[in-house]
Amino acid sequence: MSARIHPGRRTVRYAVPVAVAGVAAATIGIGTAIATSGDPDLPKISAQDLIAKVAGSDVQRMSGSVRVTSDLGLPSLPAGMSFGAAGKGAHGGASAAPDAKLTELVSGTHTLRLAADGPDRQRVSIVEPAAEYSLIHNGDQVWAYDSGSNTAYHSTQARHQDPGHTPATATPQELAKKALAAVDDTTSVTVDGTAKVAGRNAYRLTIKPKQSGTTVDAVRIAVDAKNGVPLRFTVTPKGGGKAAVDAVFTKISFSRPSASSFDFTPPKGTKVTEGKAGQQHHGTATPRGGDSKVIGKGWTSVVELKGPDKGIRPQSGKDSSRANALLNSFGSKVNGSFGSGRILSTRLVNVLLTEDGRVYAGAVDKDALVKAADSGK
Amino acid sequence: MSRAEALPGRGRWLLPLFGNEVVTVFRRWRTLVLLGVLAAVPVLIGVAVRIETRDGGSVGPRGDGQGPAFLSQVTNNGLFLVFAALAATLPFFLPMAVGVVAGDSVAGEANSGTLRYLLVAPAGRSRLLLAKFTATMVFCLAATLVVAVSALVVGVLLFPLGEVTLISGTTVSFGEGLLRGLLIAGVVALSLVGIASLGLFVSTLTGSGIAAMATTVGVVITVQILDQFPQLHAIQPYLFPHYWMGFADLLRDPVYPDQIWRNLGLQGLYAGVFGSAAWARFTSKDVLA
Repeated sequence: MSARIHPGRRTVRYAVPVAVAGVAAATIGIGTAIATSGDPDLPKISAQDLIAKVAGSDVQRMSGSVRVTSDLGLPSLPAGMSFGAAGKGAHGGASAAPDAKLTELVSGTHTLRLAADGPDRQRVSIVEPAAEYSLIHNGDQVWAYDSGSNTAYHSTQARHQDPGHTPATATPQELAKKALAAVDDTTSVTVDGTAKVAGRNAYRLTIKPKQSGTTVDAVRIAVDAKNGVPLRFTVTPKGGGKAAVDAVFTKISFSRPSASSFDFTPPKGTKVTEGKAGQQHHGTATPRGGDSKVIGKGWTSVVELKGPDKGIRPQSGKDSSRANALLNSFGSKVNGSFGSGRILSTRLVNVLLTEDGRVYAGAVDKDALVKAADSGK
Repeated sequence: MSRAEALPGRGRWLLPLFGNEVVTVFRRWRTLVLLGVLAAVPVLIGVAVRIETRDGGSVGPRGDGQGPAFLSQVTNNGLFLVFAALAATLPFFLPMAVGVVAGDSVAGEANSGTLRYLLVAPAGRSRLLLAKFTATMVFCLAATLVVAVSALVVGVLLFPLGEVTLISGTTVSFGEGLLRGLLIAGVVALSLVGIASLGLFVSTLTGSGIAAMATTVGVVITVQILDQFPQLHAIQPYLFPHYWMGFADLLRDPVYPDQIWRNLGLQGLYAGVFGSAAWARFTSKDVLA
């Protein structure tokens, strides 16, 4: 090759990097197109049969990854506070307790990895950058390990406790089972074509509320055509736009996960918090000593909580003015025959906090919430 | 040195050329100082963690997991110092060192007037460039291994060893932990291919070694900053540092390979685009100095 070449050939050489970039872009484009195209051809099935299939599914062993995307439209908190941190605070400092971590799933996109081997052994991990939070249930042992802070949480539970109540609360299976349990005459259920999820053929089940006044537009569940395992769970709000909750398996396998996945021994130097048996699942959001009742039925049911004291306003301490300012910045004021209060709205759930300390919450629009409060008075 | 003349002796010229380039890179004082700085980083981290936790306390002011990745696990197992040191050097120290070496590779020779003597040898410009690229790759691997080995030595000396608890909470033998550490070092070294190719291309553009190094390091910093803005999420998957920290996925059980493959693919893309751009520039430019 000579040092001096024809000027025309110089520009030709620059075509090589351009071509490389072009081919790469085309490959990415085609890859995406292949991944999204082609709903599988499956025999027709009625909605009743499909629901029966989900209910009758007895898959005990599986492992896979789930991508959970939540866009509930929660009001953003002031700097330095997050919903996860707020949950953590309730447990007193850094802790690997499950409640605190699961509240983090409420916003953003997260990857979960699941493994299950029978009712006694399950694990779920939240994949974080360069860290992982794992919840491991093996027999009567429940361990949580947060590799980021190098802390662990341990509790023992009775063997007969509902296994579904342990780790996986945001998986497509759990969400779908809850949604299907709520199906009654206020709801229309249809089979709405097919889809391919995590490389498996699936039917799409669409659940739509028949009632007006709810903020839910539809709940869609993709059900594995072979074994009835829900592979995708999506909730779309009335307002349109992105799904409020979208939990989808990106990978799934029905072979037995390796036994070592369910063993956990806290490494030396790890701080272990002991939880009291059977107490680990009390939500942090329940007001102390408050009693609750449900107003209405089906999709428009509203939960009423009566606080033991003067409601949601903190009574004393320097936090109270800050908390009040926070409430004022979120809510819009409403009046009704129930009195007056504030409505905090998200894309899916609206919450009414009344001045006299009652809380009404439901997946209903503001008018329905006020109506429920009026009737509850 | 037309193609026809070079053909018969092609193989003979290849190996000495590569060897020559590698020796040239590693004989420079600058290279040795860079490697020395890289070796010092794990020592610094290890000693700092050791001092802070000597009375049984945890890392960080409240031990709440804030701070660099894997730092809180170093006290459990010295092997984690390898991962912590790689995580600490990958965002800045390693790419900076690679940027200096890659940026200097062609421009430095042009600057000092030695480039034309290299071109007199009947190897051809493409092969000379390939040799330069290979030498830079060897440096990427060497730099990563210097960090990893230094961290391992410090970890063994200052912290307990034994079975390794992966970040998923499962326990593997120390041998498997070491093997995963080696794989991680390999992935980290390959993560630097993108910036090395970019540096090589910049190096063919200018006759000033300093300008090429400064540009390459500047690009590293700029791209790292761009990768932080949530508003730019649309372009971030195409920035070369975007999947760098994905090497941590080798410490999950089972290994979660998605990001690692994406990272390697992206580095390959950068190598293809900027490597061929460097070739287009270098084989067609007039070398006067």
